[in-house]
Amino acid sequence: MSHAVLQNRVVQTVVVQKEVFDATEQYDRLLQECPGAAVVTFTGYVRDHCDTGGVGQLELEHYPGMTESVLEALGQRAKQRFNLKAWRIIHRYGVLDVNEPIVWTAVIADHRSAAFDACQFLMDSLKTDAPFWKREHMTDGSSNWVVAKSSDSERRKRWQE
Amino acid sequence: MITVRFFSMVREALGVEELSVECSGDTHSIASLKRTLADQHGSIWDETLHQPNLVHALNQRVVRIEAPVADGDEVAFFPPMTGG
Repeated sequence: MSHAVLQNRVVQTVVVQKEVFDATEQYDRLLQECPGAAVVTFTGYVRDHCDTGGVGQLELEHYPGMTESVLEALGQRAKQRFNLKAWRIIHRYGVLDVNEPIVWTAVIADHRSAAFDACQFLMDSLKTDAPFWKREHMTDGSSNWVVAKSSDSERRKRWQE
Repeated sequence: MITVRFFSMVREALGVEELSVECSGDTHSIASLKRTLADQHGSIWDETLHQPNLVHALNQRVVRIEAPVADGDEVAFFPPMTGG
C-alpha cells in the first residue's frame, strides 16, 4: 500500500486488491479529499471478447510488492511531470468476471491538458511497466495468456523523456 | 542464497514458482544465473530462460542481463507485462 499526506491526513495513492471496487465511489471520495479544477479518470473493464472468441473470465497474476512500488513510482513521476494536485491508482488481480472493473486511474491538475496527459501517461506506462499478466478464460473452456502488444510498447515510448 | 521467482508463462513452462540458488563463484550476474539454472535443469529451462523477450527483475526492479547478483538478492524472470 502506498500513501500520501494530504492536509495532515494520510491517504492511499495505490491500491492493488482482489476485491471489486466502485469507480463512482472512488471518484466521489477523491474529490472530497482533494477538490480540483481538472479531473480526469480512466476505468478499464473486462471485455467479453478477444480476437479469437468469447471471453468468460479474465485472470490477472501479479508480483506482490514490485507491483505496488512500480505503480507508486509511476504516480510520483506523473505528479512531478504534469504538476498534479493528486493522483490515485487502483488495480485488481485474481479472477475477474466480464464487465467488472480491472483498473482505475485518477488525476487532478489545474488545467485539462495536464490532466488528460497525466492520465494517459499512467495508463500507457502501467500497461508495460507494472508486473501484471493477463490470462483469458474463454467461453469455449480453453484459456490463454495474453501476449504483450507492440502497439502498447509504442504508446509507452511516446512518454519517454 | 539467491531467491529466484518465476511468473506467468515462465512459471508454467518451468513448473516452479520459486527456488533458492547457492551463491557460488559462478553466479555473478543475471546472465550467469540463467546459465547455471539452464545447466542444472535441462533444455526446457535453457529454452525458457533464453527467450529474447524475457524480462529480468533484481530486488523487484527491472534490470539488464549484465546486472550483478549478490547473496540475499531476489531475482525474478517473467514475460513482458500485460496489465491495465
